Amino acid sequence: MNNIHVTTTVNGDAVEFLCDPRETLLDVLRDRLTLTGAKEGCGTGDCGACSVLLDGRLVSSCLVLGAEAEGKSIETVEGMANGEVLHPLQRKLIEHAALQCGICSPGILIAAKALLKKNPDPTESEVRFWLAGNLCRCTGYDKIIRAIQDAAAEMRGAA
Amino acid sequence: MQYLTPTSFKDASALAAGAKGTSRFLAGGTDVLVQMRADIFTPDILIDLKHIPGVADITQEADGSWTTGVAVPGAVLREHQALGRDWPGLVEAVDLIGSTQVQGRATMVGNLCNASPAADAVPAMIAAGVEVSIIGPGGTRREKVENIATGPGQTSLAKGELITAVHIPARGTNGGDAYLRFIPRTEMDIAVVGCGINLRLDGNTITEARVALGAVAPTALLVKEAARAIIGTSLDEEALVALSAASIAACNPIDDKRGTIKFRKHIAGVLARRVALEAYARAGGTS
Repeated sequence: MNNIHVTTTVNGDAVEFLCDPRETLLDVLRDRLTLTGAKEGCGTGDCGACSVLLDGRLVSSCLVLGAEAEGKSIETVEGMANGEVLHPLQRKLIEHAALQCGICSPGILIAAKALLKKNPDPTESEVRFWLAGNLCRCTGYDKIIRAIQDAAAEMRGAA
Repeated sequence: MQYLTPTSFKDASALAAGAKGTSRFLAGGTDVLVQMRADIFTPDILIDLKHIPGVADITQEADGSWTTGVAVPGAVLREHQALGRDWPGLVEAVDLIGSTQVQGRATMVGNLCNASPAADAVPAMIAAGVEVSIIGPGGTRREKVENIATGPGQTSLAKGELITAVHIPARGTNGGDAYLRFIPRTEMDIAVVGCGINLRLDGNTITEARVALGAVAPTALLVKEAARAIIGTSLDEEALVALSAASIAACNPIDDKRGTIKFRKHIAGVLARRVALEAYARAGGTS
């Protein structure tokens, strides 16, 4: 099988990798670039645990081929904190205890980041619809929604 | 599997036509990659269309009609305000497909070529009178959307043929379209029944109408009898009853886990009425 050489940008860093044409972007991130923040829940685009931004657009990385990343810019949960300083969404998720097992959290964080960039002041209903593709089997969602709205308020104030 | 990135539709067509084994075209990948991951189908060659110039563009032509590229994802379509003003029903139908993440990748053309009877975009496209351009080994042709799917997962596209652009008619004056589907919850599900209607008014009288139903037959249906039931009327109760009856009569559904034949037929009648009222209001009519 011929591997494909791909040059891309991940969290602002230039990255090169070789991948099998069938490998998904999620496989590449986790197994070749050791960025294990994005999780594989379903592998078929239903659960949102593998959410990343591809040229700023929220996508499931299990439904993108590694080869498709050529020349693109990818953002994962690993790029959210600034060194030791957590992103407000990460801090609020902890403050609100909006996670238990944590499998969904990286996807929730990336999806919420994309939402707040598009809509800095979303209603509860807007947050719930935006996150309809991010499944959480622990929290019942309420704390997640509150954490995101709290982070949104802080980010609006700080801006 | 080989992954190929042609930079013209002609090359893409030639690659598929000359393929020794199986081939698939890749735009958004939300069906193709799922089929690969689930070991349902892995092609010998996968032809990514996103390196072809123009595939991500949305363009309004001089006559007011719209041309969209084959790789325009739902999220981009949704963000295009002028297109949404002209064709809210079509844009809302596409927007119903999947999650925010799926919307970031999924395309109208992919929804059409995947040929699910329950595809949300397809009844709205048929109602709007959308056509597609096709290229193949024999040259180019233009086809109505209702002539693409021939059965579940089957299309009229021959080996080496692929869609190169989507043509949405000019909205024109006093027109409106709408699409609704029934699902047992509010998000993230597959249509049990879908209905798209597009109409035009003269005063309060409907002069043109197209009614399309999804998930009630092996392919989405253009129901001319249902359109005839409301053309020439001001969508009064009598017309709505006739519309429902014609819609139900056109259904040829199956029993499955999402709905029974009886339920699907009933819902088709209910949705046709609601969608017609919405399209009528959008066209500026008062009944």
